[in-house]
Amino acid sequence: MYSWEMLSFNIHDGFLEAIVRGNRSGLLTAADYNNLCQCETLDDIKMHLSATEYGPYLQNEPSPLHTTTIVEKCTLKLVDEYKHMLCQANEPLSTFLQYITYGHMIDNVVLIVTGTLHERDVNELLEKCHPLGMFDSIASLAVAQNMRELYRLVLVDTPLAPYFSECITSEDLDDMNIEIMRNTLYKAYLDDFYKFCAKLGGATAEIMCDLLSFEADRRAVNITINSIGTELTRDDRRKLYSNFGLLSPYGHEELAVCEDVDQVRGVMEKYPPYQSIFAKISYGESQMLDKAFYEEEVRRLCLSFEQQFHYAVFFSYMRLREQEIRNLMWISECVAQNQKNRVHDSVVFIF
Amino acid sequence: MAGQGQRLTVVPTVTVMGMIKARLAAATRGHALLKKKSDALTVQFRAILKRIVAAKEAMGDAMRSASLSLAEALYVAGGPLRHVVQQSVSGPARLRVRAHHDNIAGVRLPRFEHFLVDDGARAPLLAGLAGGGQQVSASRAAHVRAVELLVELASLQTSFLTLDEAIKTTNRRVNALEHVVKPQLENTVAYIRGELDEQEREEFFRLKKIQAVKQRELERQVEAAKLYAVEKVAGEVALKRGVSVGAAASMLENGGGERDEDIIF
Repeated sequence: MYSWEMLSFNIHDGFLEAIVRGNRSGLLTAADYNNLCQCETLDDIKMHLSATEYGPYLQNEPSPLHTTTIVEKCTLKLVDEYKHMLCQANEPLSTFLQYITYGHMIDNVVLIVTGTLHERDVNELLEKCHPLGMFDSIASLAVAQNMRELYRLVLVDTPLAPYFSECITSEDLDDMNIEIMRNTLYKAYLDDFYKFCAKLGGATAEIMCDLLSFEADRRAVNITINSIGTELTRDDRRKLYSNFGLLSPYGHEELAVCEDVDQVRGVMEKYPPYQSIFAKISYGESQMLDKAFYEEEVRRLCLSFEQQFHYAVFFSYMRLREQEIRNLMWISECVAQNQKNRVHDSVVFIF
Repeated sequence: MAGQGQRLTVVPTVTVMGMIKARLAAATRGHALLKKKSDALTVQFRAILKRIVAAKEAMGDAMRSASLSLAEALYVAGGPLRHVVQQSVSGPARLRVRAHHDNIAGVRLPRFEHFLVDDGARAPLLAGLAGGGQQVSASRAAHVRAVELLVELASLQTSFLTLDEAIKTTNRRVNALEHVVKPQLENTVAYIRGELDEQEREEFFRLKKIQAVKQRELERQVEAAKLYAVEKVAGEVALKRGVSVGAAASMLENGGGERDEDIIF
């Protein structure tokens, strides 16, 4: 399994793997989080962060800090690191790295389309886009009035084009359609990413397919829970589930007909890897589910660093950084809102 | 005290006193009524104050949980959610405020009421379908609760201010009636009564005086009549003798006077 990679991996990708592993050691540790949780003000947080890799990004911020500023600057650091890695990358690693950002790209497309529907200013919308998901022709998204035009005029030149083939209708866009479109696109993206990873083979395929399966299953559960009580029909729901993953296809059939959280639980408990997640939360409660899923995800992402000579470390690193930014956001929100007792509710320790 | 010793400038007559007494009675009745109104308003005022305190405490909790639920939603759904939700908001607001008046002891209190416009056309929010949808709904519910409390608090505080103003006005009127108008009227009544008494005494005195004059006159006339009678009797006697008493007297007088000029010795 590792035989061929060991021979040739470092020729092209050894340097970047070294960089990403170096970056990984810059992730905040449990000790850092404990210190951050003790903070009384956002300035304390800034002071603690100045000792970490976020220091240079936050040091020039004027003192009345805001949570969004902290999150923005931390994201900026992630983007810088990503760009640095992308510049150094060879094929097929560069494609792999680009795949990681397609999720944000989908979000941005959806954001611009929704904004245009409500006649917002495009420049204003562009500022709100996630920097990882920017592409050249994003500003011209605003001209589109329906899906077909959107595809023909803009998206055909982007990497997202193949994903749109599934969800093109000439229906006018409205809020419901857009949310379904986002999830259809995301499903297509996950499928494509999965196929791409499988094609790469070796340890990358093994680890990435596992991670992506988990991602797909988590999406399926979330979609099920969040669509309970909405106008989304069972068939529509079924269509939004990915075509792979542990739950596919029988679990999906069962999830599609679930009417409340306990039924979802009943379905998921048949799958041993998810049993432990659902064991943590009590009956009828779904608020803590997200944290349980995040914890499981972080555990799996961390495990991917245990093997060498594969691309999953890049994916894991990006995801861990995003989780870290989420943690920082939660801590700063709690500190800013004086809710110190809630601070441990949602922080997922990475190491 | 203010107004003490003051009185209205009136002609002190019985009619005017009747009018002033009627005004005094009206002022007393008005004072009693306004006092009752002021008491009723104060009761209401205290009740509203109590409710404001309760609403403010609830407000703090609601706001805290609302902003925390927003943080939760952002944590689960990530940064873009904020913009997605913002973008999908359009059209007129669903939660609206209606204002109407309550009437408490004649004071019109503005009262605000929130209500949901259910046009039915709005599909349930699908934002965060693949993560965070529940948190978004929870956050939305928490914020709706907070807005409801805000509306209630606004209503209470506006009532509070209006009522405060009304109570101040009423109390001012009560005090004005009690300490200015009523003493003034009472003083006027006392003054008029005093004047009338004085007039009565004057009248009495004058009557007495007139009576005395009349008496004197009568006595004088009686005297004169007597004199006349005497003179008449004397005249008659003199006539009988040949010289009238008058002529005799004038002869005496004239003789005496002319004697100074004519008689040259």
